[in-house]
Amino acid sequence: MNLREVAMELDPKLKRLTLIQLAVPVTLLIVGIGGGLLQALMRAGVIQADSALGLGYYQGLTLHGIINAIVFTTFFAIAFGNALVSYALKARLNMKVAWISNILMLVGTLMVAIMVFAGEASVLYTFYPPLKAHPVFYAGLALFVVGSWVAFWNWIPVYMRWRRENPAEKVPMAVVGIFATFIIWQICTIPVAYEVLVLLLPWSLGWTNEINIELTRTLFWFFGHPLVYFWLLPAYVMYYTMLPKLAGGKLYSDLAGRVVFMLFIIFSIPVGAHHQFTEPGIGSDWKLLHAFLTFGVAIPSLITAFTIAASLEYAGRKRGGKGLFGWFRTLPYLDGDRYLFPYLFVGLIIFIVGGSTGIINASYNMNLIVHNTSWIPGHFHLTVAGPVFLGFIGMSLYMVEKMTGKEVKLKKLAVTVPYMWLVGLFIFSFGMMRGGLHGEPRRTNMGMTYLNPDSPLYRPEWEFYVLLTVIGGVILFLAMIVYFAVFFQTLFGEKTTEEKLVFPLSESYHNERAGVFANFKPWVIGAIVLILLSYIPVFIDVSRSTSSSAPAYNPHLPVPENQISGGSTEERVTESDGTASDKEKNDGETSEDGE
Amino acid sequence: MDKHEKRVIFASIGLMAFFFLAVILAVSGLGITVPDCITDREPFTEPEVIQLDETHYEVHSIARMWTFDPPVIEIPAGATLDIFLTSADVVHGFQIESRAVNMMAVPGQVTKMSAKFDKVGKYSIVCHEYCGVNHHSMEGVIHVRPVEDMPAREVSKAGSPASNATEGGAKL
Repeated sequence: MNLREVAMELDPKLKRLTLIQLAVPVTLLIVGIGGGLLQALMRAGVIQADSALGLGYYQGLTLHGIINAIVFTTFFAIAFGNALVSYALKARLNMKVAWISNILMLVGTLMVAIMVFAGEASVLYTFYPPLKAHPVFYAGLALFVVGSWVAFWNWIPVYMRWRRENPAEKVPMAVVGIFATFIIWQICTIPVAYEVLVLLLPWSLGWTNEINIELTRTLFWFFGHPLVYFWLLPAYVMYYTMLPKLAGGKLYSDLAGRVVFMLFIIFSIPVGAHHQFTEPGIGSDWKLLHAFLTFGVAIPSLITAFTIAASLEYAGRKRGGKGLFGWFRTLPYLDGDRYLFPYLFVGLIIFIVGGSTGIINASYNMNLIVHNTSWIPGHFHLTVAGPVFLGFIGMSLYMVEKMTGKEVKLKKLAVTVPYMWLVGLFIFSFGMMRGGLHGEPRRTNMGMTYLNPDSPLYRPEWEFYVLLTVIGGVILFLAMIVYFAVFFQTLFGEKTTEEKLVFPLSESYHNERAGVFANFKPWVIGAIVLILLSYIPVFIDVSRSTSSSAPAYNPHLPVPENQISGGSTEERVTESDGTASDKEKNDGETSEDGE
Repeated sequence: MDKHEKRVIFASIGLMAFFFLAVILAVSGLGITVPDCITDREPFTEPEVIQLDETHYEVHSIARMWTFDPPVIEIPAGATLDIFLTSADVVHGFQIESRAVNMMAVPGQVTKMSAKFDKVGKYSIVCHEYCGVNHHSMEGVIHVRPVEDMPAREVSKAGSPASNATEGGAKL
């Protein structure tokens, strides 16, 4: 890309680290994306099996979730943040600390991956107990999260120094955005670290016998919803600070961006119970409060929709667009030299649908229609696999290009990826969501039963919707083949220009004083107060409604692990199509007959 | 801040307030609500269908790997069914086909929702939470039968262990 922008000299140590943080997760994506296609095929019954290519359906689904939604996103957010903080604050990071963070995360990833591949952690990426994974899986997750904290802590002294040296200046928007992202991450990961380290790890090691299940679920969802803003906000950083420039214009309002990031800090955490509307143990009044606050978190996204559209209109008119909608025709949709534009723009279009369907999910009693149906993955593929994924893969390509000095190969193909993705994703998600409204469950190998004409559970009325998910899934897979070709050709290509650290940061059209939105402090305090108010009653309800705790279960056996007398691995129930015989309660010695 | 931007902020707040009001109306006007926090019942270990009066039934459903107990719940057309649900092992889901009944079965907890069944037929109950390798085969049935086809059933004995409910309906 040839946008005029002040480039900075690149610290070779930062270059090496960043390339690892981008290339390792993109390589893992090959498994994550391939797994996605396999699941679409198995779920639809095109491949009617418990496992394919040596991976069980639920094992593959665990990999798909963890690689795509946790590993790839977190590595990217850190690589992006490291480079952005260095660039926007014109400072060098402490590379020792950055490497400690990276090693913790790499080791954590390796531990988790080994356990999932070994079949010792088929618990999906939400790892709900009392289904139990291998202790190494939980320890790996904990290392990974702690590693991500260390990366954030590394930026704080750089930020403080910049504030001291530039007391009169506004903090660059990019830094505000990436700090908002990691402030949310820092707060929300504390309860899940407690869940993993204090509750799950000793329990999986057999040091404690039983744990309170509803408590673990509530701790998980304290983290689980802010997690989606941790995914989304780096994409918002790109929309506010780069998309206007890529389009050839300016950000419509600087203040709007700052308001939006601060509102996210306040509203993105005290909303987790909206994932638990259908659960016991939490009073319906408190669920309603969380629904109310979730509607609050929609407001910064609605503001964003306006500000970014206005920025694009400004750019479109500058490029010669006339009339009410004429500006829309002049934007650089297929410009190979601005290939990042379509990755961001298409993500925005997808998020219109992704965000709206999110409001439906948050709508308290309306959630009864969609909860845990395939509507939900249909929805969140329009967010995390839409604006988030496209922004992240586009920016990964951009950072590799700039930091290696290797110009992107196959630019004409690179710009088609987001459009193929758009088509595939809309078909896929439409199939998932409509199927969900007709009752299709999520996270279910339906090819074995619900979409197997020989099964008593067969549901012919679901066939059409799963057909759509297969068509969409194949298109998504093809789009990624093209992306991988572009990414690896560029990464392993020859150097054509100088290595540098540069981002296409926009200027602002309206540039007002930030006032109360200039500092994080009041917003972090506000967030903590709101979290206490909304979560204390929830935890009180959970503790007074829990009658008993639960022992650990292996996903293969319907009896608690502590009742199995040795050799359990040979006695696993084989997965079956759910005829009467395996519905009988198996215990250790009869479990081989599960068909 | 420019005036269009201010308008957009107010419009956004207005839109979300309108949506929330609609939710409140659906709760108070139509009575569509989500499961509440139940503290006065212990998780049961025996599945049971209890007839509270002619058109009011109560079921104690236990979800377990990989079946619902009782696997078939028989009620007459026109009956209202109060469903109490718990899990005997891991977390399960409980969703009734074409009814807004959607619950999680969590070990150590009891949850409740009600639904009225006017049309005769078989309504499947799908487990919609991953619960182990045979999750996809976990299904139950609510069999709504014509009133005259219902086998004679003893109406609930007062004081049966689980019918000391908060709002058990008229007991005969």
